[in-house]
Amino acid sequence: MEKKEYKKIVDRHKPTETRVQNAIISFLVGGLVGLIGQGLIDFYANWLEISTKDASTFMIVTLVFVASLFTALGFFDKWVTFARCGLIIPITGFAHSMTSAGIEYRKEGPIYGLGMNIFKLAGSVILYGIVAAWIFGTIRYLLLGGI
Amino acid sequence: MIYVYSFLFCGIVSMIGQIILDNTKLTAGHITSLFVIIGAALDTFSIYDKIIMYVGGGALVPITSFGHSLIHGALAKASEYGIIGILMGMFDLTASGITAAIIFTFVFSLFFRPKN
Repeated sequence: MEKKEYKKIVDRHKPTETRVQNAIISFLVGGLVGLIGQGLIDFYANWLEISTKDASTFMIVTLVFVASLFTALGFFDKWVTFARCGLIIPITGFAHSMTSAGIEYRKEGPIYGLGMNIFKLAGSVILYGIVAAWIFGTIRYLLLGGI
Repeated sequence: MIYVYSFLFCGIVSMIGQIILDNTKLTAGHITSLFVIIGAALDTFSIYDKIIMYVGGGALVPITSFGHSLIHGALAKASEYGIIGILMGMFDLTASGITAAIIFTFVFSLFFRPKN
């Protein structure tokens, strides 16, 4: 009887603990990616002697490149399964979704496979981003007159 | 100090995403789309600009900054060309990220095969 009750308690607590663990891992990994982003901005700004704004573009391209390459090499999927939102929410998730869709559907041909499926996962981000930006942009333009 | 803020902001945004993912039926696709909309919404009254000012790179890395960049490019052109500028400038700031992702994906998918 005691064992049964104990098991009940364990079952009730088990998912919560995994959730807490997932949240902590996402926090740490996501934070690390943010830290790398800021580090890359400082690195490019100092090394190439460009403005912070240009350096942030370089930073985005670097992160996209690294995420695409690691996805193509095959081990980024494991990282994403481990860190979940820690790697999906940063821009690395966008690159990962595109490259994994591209490599997955490449075998179905260059047009019907790669061409039509490359935005399979990333498409919703672009679609809703643009619709939202158009709506909010129009509101801000009409209310505040641009910038 | 900006490194600490970068770590905290990007970490907290990722953690919020993970908490939503674990506790609701929403998938990763829902969450990324939702966060882009939130990023654009926060920038309607320049809130995200202020966050970037304090947090730096940590605020540019999460997908929320994608929405922010879209609306910013649109408004920059809108101040020049009027309401049609919103359509002209939409991709201005995000073009580098999207183009890079497309080109890298194309090149890598020519040379690599799926692992499983």
